[in-house]
Amino acid sequence: MLISYQWLKEYIQLDDLTPEEAAEKLTLHGVEVDAVHHKGEDITNLVTGRVVSCAQHPDADKLSLCQVDVGEADPVQIVCGAPNVAEGQDVAVARVGGRLPGGMKIKRAKLRGQVSEGMICSLQELGWEGKVVPKKYSEGIFVFPEPVVPGMDAKPLLGLDDTILELDLTPNRSDCLSMLGTAYEMAAVLDREVKLPDPQIVPSAEETAAYIRVDVQSPAANPYYGALMLRDLQVGESPLWLQTSLMAAGVRPLNNIVDITNYVLLEYGQPLHAFDYDQFGSEKVVVRQAQEGETMTTLDGEERTLNAHHLVITNGTKPTAIAGVMGGSDAEVEDATTNVLLEAAYFDPGVVRYAQRDLGIRSDSSIRFEKGVDPNRTAEAGRRAASLMKQLAGGEILAEPSEHDTLHRQPLELDVSLARINRALGTSLTIEEVSAILKRLQFPAEQTDEDLLAVTVPTRRQDIAIEPDIVEEVARLYGYDNIPVTLPNTPATQGGLSLEQKKKRQVRRFLESCGLHEAVSYSLTTEEKEAPLVPENRLRVPVALPMSEDRSSLRTTLVPHLLDALSHNKNRSRQHVSLFEIGSVFFTEEEEITRQPDERTYAAGAMMGLWEEHAWQGEKKPVDFFVLKGVLEGLAAELQIDAVFEAAERPGLHPGRTAVIKNGGRIIGTAGQLHPDTAAAWSLPETYVFELDLQYLLEQQAEVMKYVPIPRYPAVDRDIALVVDTHVSAADMKQVIEEAGGDLLDSASVFDVYEGEHVEAGKKSVAFTLKYLDRGRTLTEEDVTAVHENILAALNKQTGAVLRG
Amino acid sequence: MQERLQELQDEAVKQVADADTLQELEEVRVRYLGKKGPITEVMKSMGRLSKEERPAVGAKANEVRGRVQELIEEKEQTLREAAVTKQLEEERIDVTLPGRPVSKGAGHPLTSVVETIEDVFTGMGFQVAEGPEVETDYYNFESLNLPKHHPARDMQDTFFVTSDLLLRTQTSPVQTRTMEQHEGKGPVKIICPGKVYRRDEDDATHSHQFMQIEGLVVDEGIRMSDLKGIFEAFVKSYFGEDREIRLRPSFFPFTEPSAELDISCAMCGGSGCRTCKGTGWIEVLGSGMVHPNVLRMGGFDPEKYSGFAFGMGVERFAMLKYGIDDIRHFYTNDTRFLEQFTRV
Ligand SMILES: [Zn+2]
Repeated sequence: MLISYQWLKEYIQLDDLTPEEAAEKLTLHGVEVDAVHHKGEDITNLVTGRVVSCAQHPDADKLSLCQVDVGEADPVQIVCGAPNVAEGQDVAVARVGGRLPGGMKIKRAKLRGQVSEGMICSLQELGWEGKVVPKKYSEGIFVFPEPVVPGMDAKPLLGLDDTILELDLTPNRSDCLSMLGTAYEMAAVLDREVKLPDPQIVPSAEETAAYIRVDVQSPAANPYYGALMLRDLQVGESPLWLQTSLMAAGVRPLNNIVDITNYVLLEYGQPLHAFDYDQFGSEKVVVRQAQEGETMTTLDGEERTLNAHHLVITNGTKPTAIAGVMGGSDAEVEDATTNVLLEAAYFDPGVVRYAQRDLGIRSDSSIRFEKGVDPNRTAEAGRRAASLMKQLAGGEILAEPSEHDTLHRQPLELDVSLARINRALGTSLTIEEVSAILKRLQFPAEQTDEDLLAVTVPTRRQDIAIEPDIVEEVARLYGYDNIPVTLPNTPATQGGLSLEQKKKRQVRRFLESCGLHEAVSYSLTTEEKEAPLVPENRLRVPVALPMSEDRSSLRTTLVPHLLDALSHNKNRSRQHVSLFEIGSVFFTEEEEITRQPDERTYAAGAMMGLWEEHAWQGEKKPVDFFVLKGVLEGLAAELQIDAVFEAAERPGLHPGRTAVIKNGGRIIGTAGQLHPDTAAAWSLPETYVFELDLQYLLEQQAEVMKYVPIPRYPAVDRDIALVVDTHVSAADMKQVIEEAGGDLLDSASVFDVYEGEHVEAGKKSVAFTLKYLDRGRTLTEEDVTAVHENILAALNKQTGAVLRG
Repeated sequence: MQERLQELQDEAVKQVADADTLQELEEVRVRYLGKKGPITEVMKSMGRLSKEERPAVGAKANEVRGRVQELIEEKEQTLREAAVTKQLEEERIDVTLPGRPVSKGAGHPLTSVVETIEDVFTGMGFQVAEGPEVETDYYNFESLNLPKHHPARDMQDTFFVTSDLLLRTQTSPVQTRTMEQHEGKGPVKIICPGKVYRRDEDDATHSHQFMQIEGLVVDEGIRMSDLKGIFEAFVKSYFGEDREIRLRPSFFPFTEPSAELDISCAMCGGSGCRTCKGTGWIEVLGSGMVHPNVLRMGGFDPEKYSGFAFGMGVERFAMLKYGIDDIRHFYTNDTRFLEQFTRV
């Protein structure tokens, strides 16, 4: 809401405050003022002028040579390019040496050989936004609608000495969508009086009913409909004060009748509608639900298709307006209009809200009706508009408006307890202090008990419904700054992270310590993006009305967005990138979603390029499967979780370089190289990825660690190199070794793998270091040899391995 | 014989002086002082001398032997020092060359902010609660005093999954879920960090996905003044001791009274600058006293219990803290951005 400070001053005394001071008070105690705009602050030397003569520029088709009286002895010559400039016009002239918005300086100039001493201005040049400039002046200079004396300061006449407060209203404060509401608010904040308009109507002898009657068929949706009838009006341009008031509020002036309905809408917050009575074409206003499929064309030229939930204003046969939302194009008030049917009505907020949503229209009317207008101001707003119409457009107002009236106007009464106020706020206010605050709000209050006030809530404050609403009013006017600072008196609580939350942090720290950066990406994605990496026919959770195709369903894997990130980095010449992400993935088993999906916390990573590099020492180590596996083994160790890697095939991954990770037989993750096709789809080089069901890992209880004594006797190492078929896995061999090694075998680890020259084709050489240890004594050569032979025999029998000769 | 010894000494002195390496010196030592060396030979042949001659020759022989020994040791010392000096000289490196990089990943700035704020609040006795990102209409709206068709629902344009399921627009649903778990008994002291979603076009200041941290305190006798106290402690701990706080009236359907928390601008110290749009204050979070309807729906008796709640935008905090100007940076995962955030 844009509030003209000058206009506001018609209702409240503000002469002793700067707009900034008023704005600050309003922000701290009432509604937020987002910005304070000083209209015309960068305009200087702008005067009124009269175009004494206007001739064609001798050397330019589109320029006029004007002699303009600017209140001095001689007129000045100004070359003007506007198509609408003409002799006799009163205009705004920026004189030489003056300035216009945007820092433009007016200089004496020569245009096609003709001297120009100043500039005749358009409203846009004076800083008005194009959308509020009357159509008449939008393509050329502004012309004063009433005669003005040349040489006067033009800024005040054009509202360019005004200040605009831009209110950022929260949805509850729709009462401030009006000048009066804002005046009440300002008055409460400053503890001042509000001066209200007092519309007086001197009606003609003729009665409205002779021209128009009201038939409301949906009284619940339309509890009050007032039809006022005005005859013999002269439609035309509004006086300048009215036009600048509307423009200051962001509304484009149209003609005096429409402008007045808009003016009163802004003043009272009560939307009104003026119909051309003769175009309306009937003596009866019928308000009814629309018929299914009924159509009408609204003022904006759009054809609207309605249904039975819409409320329409009709002339008994066809709709002429969508109630509270927008009028139709058929009965618009135009220059030729002489008789006006003025509607002042109360429409049910829910009905307007429905229409607004369904039709996608948010008009100045609908945004007020949907929040609930003041039922006690509807009829008065109609009278206010009628009296202004008579004042500005002549004609007469007919007696006894036609009405349908079942409107509830009784204000709400609330019992408010002083003790509860103080308990809620931590204050020690007295009943007098609270009463004084309610008085500032103009909420009538009566003390009914030592601790109780019976508060009457004015109907203009539709947002106030319960006692805590009053507590809030008291708090903000008392001042949040004046509320003391305390700490809760709660018993000491044990704060901290849960074990799982701590472990989640541990996972992050570990992966970071491995050199992976943490990424955060979007949860919304597409089925297509995931398709290369997830099993076919996986069910997904789609959003009902996606904003865009690429954010149409929830992710079931974290990997694709990490690949996007690698790709993004690669395109920016970042070749060596390792990222991880921890986030939710979403699974469902339903074709049609009815329940919350299974939401699980996953951890994933993606790595490409070099893992280690020390350039000047010439060391380079690219990421490979075992780098990835090392990270994951480290992570499993960090979480004290058994992780067994088994060769596997997974969608989108290299069939020979992929493993599933198991814990106690359950698959908890996948690790592997991207399939070259997948890598190509993302334009990536050799890339490795992993994904873990982190939630499962976090839920596992690690066993309490127990200390194992440091061995007192030496261990014996024996190295063996074995030749086996290439398909025999190291894990299989290790398992055989461990089983055959019994208690004396302390550990077995691979230290060399070789294929190629000197090894038969289809075979490989795998070398292990076996560590033998007896915690109770020193091992003898014989002890070790016995077990060692046993191991070799078992290996040979179970895997076909032979000692490499 | 004495002359012979003197000759030997002179010879040895010369050879020690000529020895350039420890190896050569050792050869000299063996040659003159060894078991088969000339001095030993002289000493062995002393038996042939008369009783009178023996002491003088013996003394001379010992003198020569001692002298040569001494010279060799001196020379050895010199040569050893020279060798070490040479080795050290040869081993000289350019210490200004780059060290071997230890790879260290950076934590995401949003995570850093969340963890820092978690730490501040857990230090004040709060627990960290979490909840699902796909929520029911009930938890996301209705239980927070936002019945269907409530105009304030427009404040948050929602991604619906079905008419009843949606991507949560705020972390506030965790409030109700936690209150339900407490079965009507206080105290509840939680913060709830998490991702939220709104139908916004992504641009420099809007993102359809962002992070919030919600806070809730419910107990008997919680007052608005307590909210001020907690905020003061939080702001001073997170933003710095010299920051001032200010509360402004606001509106949230789930709190009443509602307040916006401003902190004094760090850029200008409160005098007004571009960062604070000339006001000297920066808005950091929304808050208020829990609406009685919300308490009731969470299973708490509003006659007995009261509470306050607050919610802050993590991106906003990160942008303020690090001076980031475009919210999209948080979700692009450009390593030139990420690398800058080593954990503090
Ligand atoms: Zn500042």
